[in-house]
Formats: sequence, C-alpha cells, structure tokens
Amino acid sequence: MKTLRALFSRIAGLFDRERRDAELQDELQTVLQMHIDDNLRSGLSTEEARRQALIKLGGIDRVSEAYREQRGIPILETIAQDIRFALRGMRKNPGFTAVALLTLTLGIGANTALFSVVNGVLLNPLPYPNPEQLVILFGKTKQFEHASVSYPNYLDWEKQSHSFSSMAPFRGENFNVTGQDEPERLQGYMISSSFFSTLGVSPILGRTISPQEDMAGGSPAALISEGLWKRRFGASPGVLGRTMVLNGTGYAIVGVIPASFRLYSGDNPEVYVPIGEWTDPTFRDRSVGMGMGVVARLKPNVTLEQARADVENVARNLAAAYPQADTGLSIGVLRLKGDMVGEIEGTLLVLFAAVGFVLLIACTNVANLLLARSTGRSREFAVRSALGASHLRLIRQVLTESALLGVIGGALGLVLAAQGTKFVLAAVPQALPRAQEINIDSHVLVFTLGASLLAGVLFGLVPALRLWHTNLQQTLKEGGRGTAGTRQRTQNAFVIGEMAIALVLLVGAGLMIRSLALLWGVNPGFNPHNLLTFSVTTPPSAMKSPAQTRVAMRQLHDAVRNTPGVQAASLTGGALPMDGDSEVPFWLEGQPKPANTSEMNWALFYIAEADYQKAMGFPLLSGRFISENDTETSPPVIVIDEYLAHKYFPNENPIGKHLNIGLLDLQPEIVGVVGHVKHWGLDRDSQKKVQAQVYVPLNQIPDRFWPLLNRGAYLMLRSSVDPLTLLPALRASVAKVNHEHVIYNVRTFDQIISDSLAERRFSMILLGLFAALALVLSSIGIYGVISYLVGQRVPEIGTRIALGAQRKDVLQLILGRGILLAAAGVILGSLLALILTRQMRSMIYGVSTTDPLTFAGVALLLMLVATAACYIPARRAMRVDPMSALRHE
Amino acid sequence: MGQKEVQQGTLALMVLKTLESMGTLHGYGIARRIEQISGDLLSVNYGTLYPALLKLEQEGYIASEWGVSENNRRAKYYRLTRAGKKQVERETRNWQETTEILARFLAPEASR
Repeated sequence: MKTLRALFSRIAGLFDRERRDAELQDELQTVLQMHIDDNLRSGLSTEEARRQALIKLGGIDRVSEAYREQRGIPILETIAQDIRFALRGMRKNPGFTAVALLTLTLGIGANTALFSVVNGVLLNPLPYPNPEQLVILFGKTKQFEHASVSYPNYLDWEKQSHSFSSMAPFRGENFNVTGQDEPERLQGYMISSSFFSTLGVSPILGRTISPQEDMAGGSPAALISEGLWKRRFGASPGVLGRTMVLNGTGYAIVGVIPASFRLYSGDNPEVYVPIGEWTDPTFRDRSVGMGMGVVARLKPNVTLEQARADVENVARNLAAAYPQADTGLSIGVLRLKGDMVGEIEGTLLVLFAAVGFVLLIACTNVANLLLARSTGRSREFAVRSALGASHLRLIRQVLTESALLGVIGGALGLVLAAQGTKFVLAAVPQALPRAQEINIDSHVLVFTLGASLLAGVLFGLVPALRLWHTNLQQTLKEGGRGTAGTRQRTQNAFVIGEMAIALVLLVGAGLMIRSLALLWGVNPGFNPHNLLTFSVTTPPSAMKSPAQTRVAMRQLHDAVRNTPGVQAASLTGGALPMDGDSEVPFWLEGQPKPANTSEMNWALFYIAEADYQKAMGFPLLSGRFISENDTETSPPVIVIDEYLAHKYFPNENPIGKHLNIGLLDLQPEIVGVVGHVKHWGLDRDSQKKVQAQVYVPLNQIPDRFWPLLNRGAYLMLRSSVDPLTLLPALRASVAKVNHEHVIYNVRTFDQIISDSLAERRFSMILLGLFAALALVLSSIGIYGVISYLVGQRVPEIGTRIALGAQRKDVLQLILGRGILLAAAGVILGSLLALILTRQMRSMIYGVSTTDPLTFAGVALLLMLVATAACYIPARRAMRVDPMSALRHE
Repeated sequence: MGQKEVQQGTLALMVLKTLESMGTLHGYGIARRIEQISGDLLSVNYGTLYPALLKLEQEGYIASEWGVSENNRRAKYYRLTRAGKKQVERETRNWQETTEILARFLAPEASR
C-alpha cells in the first residue's frame, strides 16, 4: 500500500517538473532567509550572516539534485534521456531518418491494415451473445452441397432433434410497400417467431413476432429495421400498431430491430414478417427448397459433432417417413461464423503471410541502414565507453533508438492503415464478408504496438549485438574503421534474403495476375456488354388473378421493349446467370419416374420470352428458340443447352424429344439447343454438379406459379448504347403503364461479372501492392549495400584506375557484385516460392503454382530492377578520380 | 567543527518525532529543532533533509501546505498525518528494540 502510494506519487513527479522545481527553489529561498534572519539576531553582520547561511545550506544545486532524484524514477529519466538523445540523432540525420521511417511506415502500415481485416473477419466473434453456440443447418444431397430447406422438413428437424436450445428459419424476400407514401421496394426476411430469440437480438422498441402470429391464419404482424423506422416514421414511438401495406397485405408493426443487426453482410433487411403464415403450396411442399435457411443455437456444452450425429439420426428417420422427398437428403451443420466467412480464410492467411514478408524486408532494410550507421558511429561509442559508459548502457541506447524508430514508424503506419483499409474496401466492396465490422479496435492497436516494438528490436538487435562483440578500445586505436569484413558478410546475407522474399511475393502476385487475365479471357457463354437486368415492382391491384398478372407483365414488357435504344427485352424468372440459381428436377421421356427427389436429374431453370436469346446473345445451335407463338394454349416446349444435350442425348438428336418436369406438371417438347452459359461464374462453373440448363417459355408457366413469379420476376434487356444511360427513359416508360411501377435492383452484366471476381481481384490487388512494395524495398536494400561497397572501395578503385584499369572494368566489377547478390537471391527465392505458392492453390485459376512463365518473368524483372539499382553506385565508382582518391588515402 | 552528520536511517524518525512534539513546522524549523535537541552535536544537511521530507510525504506520513512564518515569510509547513502518528509509535518501538540489542553487544563481557 505504502509502496504503491509512493510509486504513484513518484510517477506524478515525472510530470509538471517545472512547477515543482520552482516550488523547491521558493522553499530553499525561505530557508536561506530564515537562516540569515537568525544569524542577524545572534549579532552577525549582514554579509557574514548571509555567508554562513549559504555554507550551511551546502549549495542549492546539490540539494535540488538530491531532491529531484527522490521525486522521480531515475531509470525512467535515463530512458527519457536516451529518447531525447535518439530524437536529436534522428534530427541530425534527416536522410537516414526519412528512409528508415518511410520503410517502417509502409511495412507496419501494410501489416496493420491486413491485421485489421483478419481481426474483423476471422478473429472477432459475431456480435451475438454466446456466438460460438450459433450454427447454420442446411440440406445436403448428391447434387447440392448446400441446399435450402423445405418448410415441412424444418418443422420436423425442430421437433425431432435434441441438440439445440432453439431453431429458426429465415428466407430473404422483397416487399412492395404501398399506401399513403411513395411506393417503395424493400428487402426483408420471412422469419419464425423464434428467429431473434435464437440469435439473442432484442428489438429496441416493441416486441418480436409471437408464435400465434407465426402460423397460417395468424394476424399479420411485421417488424421493421431501425433505419426504416427513422426514414419512414421519423423515429416515432407511435409506430407500434400502425399498419404497413406489404405486397398488398396490411401488417401491424409490432417492433423495431436495431440497425446493428445484419445476419449476412450483403443483406440489408428492413422488414420482417412471420414465415409460418405463408401458405403457398410450393413453399409447403416437402421436396422443394425455396431459398430458406435455418439458424440454430446449440444447447450449452453440446459439441458440433454431437449435433451432427443428432441430426443425422433425424435425417434417417425422415427418409424412412417420407422416402419420395427425403431419401438421400442429409443435414449439414456449420458454425454461423464459418458459414459467413466461407472460403476467405485461406486467402486472408496467404495475404497475411505475404504482408509479414514485406515487414521482414522492411526490417532487414532498416537493420542494414542502422548497421551502416553504427559502423560510422563506432568511434562515438568507443569514446563514450572510454568515458565510462557501460556496454549495457550503450546497447540500451542503441535499442532505444531502434525501438523509437519502430514506434514512430508504427504510429505513422497506423494512419496509413486506417486510410489504406478504407481505400481497398471501397475499391472492392464485395470481396469480403463482415466488411462493415472491419475497423481499428484495441486488438489492432495492440498488434501494431507489438509489431512496431518487435520490428524495432529485430532490426536494432543486429547493430546492438555487434556492439557487444566489438572491442571498443581496439576500435579507437583503428581510428573508427571498425570490423568491415564481418559487416559486409551480414549485409550480403541480408540482401540475398530480401531478394529471395521479394521474389516469393512477386511470384504470388504474378500467379494472381495471370489467373485474372485468364479469367477475363474466359467466354461466359453470352455477351455481357450492354446487357442490363432490373426488377420492377408490380402493384398489387394488377395482380389479383394470374390472368391479370399475365396482362400486366405483357404491358410491362412492351413498355420496356418500345423504349428507344432497347434492342431486345425479355421478362425472366428462375435463375439469373452468375447471380441467383434456381433448379428443377427432371427425367427423360420413356424412362420411369425416379423414386425420390435425389435420384432425379437436375437442371438450372430459366423462364424466358422470345427475345431472351437475342438479349443474352448466346448462340442457337440447332432447332429454334422460344417464340411469340409459344402461348399458354399451344403445346408446351422447352429449349436446352448443349451440356444437357451431350449428357442426356449423347448419340441422338434431342430435338423432338420430351422432358418430364414433374414440379411444373409439364412434359414439354425439346425444340432447340443453345450454347452453355457459365452460370456459376467464370471460374467455378465447371466444378458445380448441376450444369444442365433449360429455358421454359414464360407464357407456359402454370397459373399456380404466377404468384411466386410475380415476386421474383425481372427484366433482361440489350441496348445499342450503354444501358445505364437508358434508365431515365425506362423509368418514364414503366411509370406510364402504372405509376406504382418502380424500377429497382439495376445491374449491368459487366458489373455482375466483375463482382463475381471481386475476391480474386482483392487478392490480386493486395498481393500486387505487397510485391511492388517488396520490389522497391529490396531494390533500396541492394542499392544501399552496393553504394556502401563503392564508398569503402574508393581508394582501391582509384588505385586500379591509376594502374590502368578501364572504366568499363570498374563498372563490371561493381555491377557484377550486385548481380551476383541478386542472382543468389533469385535462386533461393525460387526454391522458397516452389514450396510456398502451394498454399495458393485455391486462389489461382488456369495456371499451375509452379508456372514456369511466371517464375521466369518475375525472376527477370527482379534481376533487371536490381541491376538498375546497382547501376547508380556502379557509375559513381566508374567516375572515381584516381588522383583525389589516392590523395584521400 | 565537532558536529556529526545525521546517521542514515535515523533522520526520518527524528523528523517524525519533531513534528509529533512541535505540531506544524517548516523545513528550517525542523532542521534547527533537530540540531537543538541533539545539543548541537548533529548538523542537518538540507541535501538530505529535503529528499527525506519528500519521501515521507510520498509515503503519506506527513502532509505539507504553504503558510506564512512569524516573520511574514512564505514557507511550506509540514505536519504529521494519522498514518504518520502510527509510524512514529512503530518506529520508536523498533528503534528501542534495536538499541537494546545493540547495547547488549556493546556492554562489557561481565554483564552477560
């Protein structure tokens, strides 16, 4: 207690030094005066009184010094002294300081930026209570690794499983808001009453949905987001109980969900309605997944493995009870965080390793600089040592200097990281899950501080250790030239290491660049340029019956088609290439119907009109495409892609054959074969199990599916000009049909393709940046070493020239040295890269991790840059004036 | 001069004891008082006294505030805190024990 109190008081004594000094001076003056007063009283003369008092006081300075020592903490004061000394040294060498700080800022900044990403995406727990208990449940079949769940199956999973304290389904849905205000289109979720309690999220106002509302025939209740509450209701507490018309039905608002809630980062749901009230027969069909997911909370102390065994049992029971729908269906369990983060983990770890390498190069560079400087300072150290400074004291001084460099570099790096992260995330927003959770928090600060100090100690240790081993007295005798031989060896090793690491990073970046170049060259199977897709809200008044909907859609199509600049337009539904998938099971004419859903063949399913092919721009290979004459009364037809044709009709002409589409109650005739569209993306299309594609005429979709189609239809159009410039005209055209039509979700296919490559682009940009940084830093490194070499050998070079060496020979001598170092680095780096790039296998496309072209290319690049860096000092060596060089000696 | 410097470790107790008997006192007064009590055998060095005062203050045994002396001089006055009073008792006991033990060592052989 006492010691603690004294310690605090001493720490306080470190601050406010001047005021305390002044107080002490005051007090000592008083003592002096009192002394003089006493002496006068005892009869001494004024002068004598003063003299004796001063003697007695024993020198005010000495008293103050003793006092100060008691006041503060001496070791801290020497550290402060070291820091002041280091700062003075930095100011005296602005060139050195600038280069060292710039290097460290870049190195630590890049590391901090990437750590803040890793921290936000991988390390931070999800923002829910006990987030480790949250899992996602999904279906797994032969064809689908991650299938959506049918509502009847979900109800049975919940009833029959024992590992979960609660379970909740959710399904994304769009809602038209109509009524008093402007019509609006909102993203939302259909959820169960257990959804928010499972996650542990409470409404900021009102309540969540009740179990009575979450069933067929329950009174319609809705939750809204905090954002919508502020935007549309002025954050009024009176919002509860008000009615909102969603897709034509009035819902009573019962609660407001906090703005911070977001299950998946891409989503921005603004309304939530009970899923149990939805009675659509397709949704209630056990064999159909309608994009519904399930989130569940594990009971305390139940492991993932136990839960998996539990649901496996449930799946077996269901397969026995409902063989047609559930045979071959197993249940997958994944942690919610793992599901959100997906495959990005591997990529981020590779990037993190890369950025760690950059810091290593940065440290090596600064160590080299310090080494060069410490040789220059060996005389200074020798003198200080001779004057009584201990080895330890000098080493502490050196380490203080480097730690200070590290910390200042770290602080600047933090600023760079904050800006850089913002910049990169803005450049490739779709690349990362949980991107909105990335920021500079306390973990990042601790990381940066740690990295800075570690870096400081790492590069400071080399010169410090050298100091330890050096006999300083010897140095003094040698006139401060020091131990140049060993220093040269260390420097050479450093440069070779830097070159090797730079090569590894360059290979990584090269492989990413090659992958993306190859990907951009991949033919998607259609023409994405000047191709636009968007959705249109359909007013509920026009949607009372399927017949009315057909008419309304027809009018909408014509309005869009007749807008000037539009070359082709088609309403579509089902799957949207490279964006959303929708599959139908089918079996071939003349074959028996498979016994269960998972034995069926599956095809991606596109609803199309006559102009769809023209809009998409994919080729017709045989037969015809859907035409205006395929109506609800004409015989049903279907168009298949070449993949389906080859796989299911390998040796016959599919035209004229029929497919059974049980789900749609259709047995259409195949009338045409079109080119395959790379639906799953340029990179992964061939890895997916379901690749066959079918096109069904919009007009021939049975009436009972029109309510669903109405929610999920969109337009596809091709234009002669940049389609985005047509938007105002398109808005006007559709508003003319019905003022409640609103165009939303507008995207060009150029954008969709670019987004589908966002993650790879993100990796490429970062690896490219890191590799460029490594290239620059290692070039500076080799430049520094060769410069130093030239500086050391000026007399020797002068002698050589004086003895008749050609300038060309000198150039060769110096350049040769640099090239030798670089070549050693390249060889070492190539070996390293061969091992390390294996970790990148999932990130690259179309090239091997040992791609000889990439290796050769970057090796050549590195050699060229290194040679250029060496050329500058080599030329200086060539121009050495022999006379002045010799005179100098 | 015939005067001795105060022995290490004893000054703190002298200061505390002085403040205990005199109440509030300034630094000069403390020094003079110690010298007087010692019958001018001791000489108090301010370079020792002031750090000692500061240390006692840091430890919470004494407190200080600025005041005005009898001769109208601004001076810092020191006084004992409650913790200081306890510390005087404790230290006094300690010191008595120590001197007794030491006295036995220094006493003539016979008395053992």
